[in-house]
Amino acid sequence: MSEIKKIATRDSYGNALVELSKEIDDLVVLDADLAAATKTGIFKKQVPDRFFDCGIAEANMMGVAAGLAATGKTVFASSFAMFAAGRAFEIIRNSIGYPHLNVKIGATHAGISVGEDGATHQCNEDIALMRTIPGMTIINPADDVEAHAAVRAAALHDGPVYLRFGRLAVPVFNDEKSYRFELGKGITLRDGKDVTIIATGLMVNEARMAAEELSKEGIDARVINIHTIKPIDREIIVKAAKETGKILTVEEHNIIGGLGSAVAEVVCEECPCLVKRLGVEDRFGMSGPALDLLKLFGLGSENIVKRVKGML
Amino acid sequence: MDATTKKELMKIACKIRMGIIEGTFHAKSGHPGGSLSIAEDLSYLYWREMNVDPKNPKMQNRDRLVLSKGHTAPALYAALALKGFFPESELKNLRHIGSMLQGHPDMKHIPGVDMSTGSLGQGISAACGMALSAKISGDSYRTYSILGDGEIEEGQVWEAAMFASHYKLDNLVAIVDNNNLQIDGTVEEVMSPYPIPEKFAAFGWHVITIDAHNFDEIEKAFEEAKTVKDKPTVIVQKSIKGKGISFMENQVGWHGSAPNAEQYEAALKELRDTLNDLD
Repeated sequence: MSEIKKIATRDSYGNALVELSKEIDDLVVLDADLAAATKTGIFKKQVPDRFFDCGIAEANMMGVAAGLAATGKTVFASSFAMFAAGRAFEIIRNSIGYPHLNVKIGATHAGISVGEDGATHQCNEDIALMRTIPGMTIINPADDVEAHAAVRAAALHDGPVYLRFGRLAVPVFNDEKSYRFELGKGITLRDGKDVTIIATGLMVNEARMAAEELSKEGIDARVINIHTIKPIDREIIVKAAKETGKILTVEEHNIIGGLGSAVAEVVCEECPCLVKRLGVEDRFGMSGPALDLLKLFGLGSENIVKRVKGML
Repeated sequence: MDATTKKELMKIACKIRMGIIEGTFHAKSGHPGGSLSIAEDLSYLYWREMNVDPKNPKMQNRDRLVLSKGHTAPALYAALALKGFFPESELKNLRHIGSMLQGHPDMKHIPGVDMSTGSLGQGISAACGMALSAKISGDSYRTYSILGDGEIEEGQVWEAAMFASHYKLDNLVAIVDNNNLQIDGTVEEVMSPYPIPEKFAAFGWHVITIDAHNFDEIEKAFEEAKTVKDKPTVIVQKSIKGKGISFMENQVGWHGSAPNAEQYEAALKELRDTLNDLD
């Protein structure tokens, strides 16, 4: 078998922006001195007259994005998740969210897979923060194919969108030809009756691998990819709760406020069943190689297998 | 400026002040002080300077105004109502449940409001975005933004100041309303932003200083701003908080409290007298 292709979703972001610039006349891309890392640098090189560096000033960048959107532009404002969702939270809330402006926040370097830069740059709180803003759409794509589709869907959606991308190159498991992205709709990657693993972002592939392992031991796990965290696909979650009775959520984010919380809210309200949350356990990250950190924080298929077994 | 025009603008400023008093009195809250200090700016902007159409508030190439000091919404609402964007009777519903007129400007629901503001320091960034947008598309509209002198203590204002200068936004005019008072006291006591003109000059802006209540100076400043190339312009205006109502002038207490019935009558009487004197 040939080696599976690996691409970081931040690269997908930069590439997708270039593709979109050929279709959307009023596209404008902003960055805050991180174009080389967020990969908007790819766009800057190809479409220089539509790229504006705002310097290390994320608050102003989000406000500028709001002004551009208020005058009809489709704006992508980019930075690391920490500085976009974190530092500029209130500007996103008041200048973009409240007037429901057409700004897409391209937040890269989310989660602990940022690696060596350590806790100050590893944002495990962004989904929680963005989820509390009324009208904000949140998309956390799992691989290159999904990330391309997500950027396109965000551009075509009328209103603010928070897009979450990773730094680490990750396997491309979705098939480009058959993949279909629908905003707000989860994807059942594998059917199963014993338990459901609901994963998002870079954890989706780990969940797939865990389900394979579990099947070898006779455990039939359903795997659901929730790429749109808000608005969340209630239907697919309730169905899983009813049919499998047990849910494990998996995310590279604090277990407080992210996917796990969102799923638990739906399940509690509509079909109570056992929900366990696998994620960063309310702690800060640390420096180290990304893959080692993911293992250390229990964010790998082996730990998913272990946690699922513990639920049965 | 000829005497007739000036008199007309003075009357409009006086009517805007009446609208401020009307709104804050019926709301039993709001910010009359800083609203009263920008009445002349709004008269000049909406009646002499800006290309806007009350019948077509979303007109593509209209000039934009971002009230970065969003708490002075009563002044903006009074000006928009007088200009015909919505009925003047609406002013009495300011801050009421279900009212279009929110405590701070809401672009989603109020005709003529170009940007939702209120959290200080944010409006000027949006104004920069609007000015940049015009540059990108080759649109001729201009963008104006009014800031408070206390507001410029926000760091985001200086991020925006850098940005506007870096991208040579000569289609942007900021007005800093230097009435010298903020909630906790004088700006010098709380956190001095002085010297304001020198700070903006250091950030690469063209700076004009004026008396906020003198229409000749206001006209001269806005005309001068149109001749400036490759630089944003800031008009730093010395103003009087509570201007036009004797017992409110220069009183920090009127930053964020509404007149009671007695004060309401007294204020309106003063303004009516002013209007009569102009007739």
